[in-house]
Amino acid sequence: MAVDLFRIDDRLIHGQVVVGWGQPLDLAFFVLVDDAVAASDWEQELYRMGVPPEMELHVRSVEQAAADLAGFQARPDHGMLLTADIGTMRRLADLAPIPRVHVGGIHHRVGRNPKLRYVFLTEDEEIALRALAAKGIEVTAQDVPSAASLSLDTLLASTGDG
Amino acid sequence: MTSSSNVSAGIVIAGHGGFAAGLRDAVECVAGPQPRVATISNHGLDADGIAAALADAVDRVRADVIFTDLPAGSCTIAARRLAKSRGRITVVTGANLPMLLDCVLKERVGAAGATLSAAKGRDGVLVIAAEPTSGVEDGSHGG
Repeated sequence: MAVDLFRIDDRLIHGQVVVGWGQPLDLAFFVLVDDAVAASDWEQELYRMGVPPEMELHVRSVEQAAADLAGFQARPDHGMLLTADIGTMRRLADLAPIPRVHVGGIHHRVGRNPKLRYVFLTEDEEIALRALAAKGIEVTAQDVPSAASLSLDTLLASTGDG
Repeated sequence: MTSSSNVSAGIVIAGHGGFAAGLRDAVECVAGPQPRVATISNHGLDADGIAAALADAVDRVRADVIFTDLPAGSCTIAARRLAKSRGRITVVTGANLPMLLDCVLKERVGAAGATLSAAKGRDGVLVIAAEPTSGVEDGSHGG
């Protein structure tokens, strides 16, 4: 499939994504799924400037992304789909087939418990990840390609020292 | 060498991991203490956390220029957002030591100063290829 990677990362487009994943995996395009960014030309321009010219950035609302996903999947090259939070990925998964999701960065906030160096989750967010897995989606955690891909069970059993 | 004490505007260096603190440390090795240079790392912070840390650093040193590492980095995204909301901040990506030294030693301020420092940073990037060896070499070279 053209979109090999479905990532939840609260920083959306940033160095780890564009350089860390994009360059070694030779990603040709990113699909940024976010209703607020899709509604703002300035926000789109902000993220577009962060993507090198040889890579494409497509910004979609959740509903637009669901409608366009089959087209992205038919491309011969490879890409990554990004959401900033679990809720957005869940909404997309309710509308379109998502085979797998990796948690790439959900950082500390009040109410979140430490899981990994780059993942902090509220209890509701843990439930939401389990709900994604219950739909048959393979849920893992991995910040960069060279790091180990951790299963959902391993992620949820972690307590922040990983 | 001049002191920056008579310059009202400071600068912020922002980047991944220990980039900013390391760069400031390197600047201070050459140019002495830099009380008007603030640093932040994106380590462990989400986008809102980076934005808050950056705004705090800018206010602390009354910065009018933010130097970042990657054009695509989360610090650059946050810096551009802050520049848009404040309207008087210049963002320079790809910061390096020659660039920062030019900025603090020449007491650069504002967009015009940042442009000069950025040019100095670009000039500091050289590719020095090994010269072809000739004759008998034993493979040992001095420092």
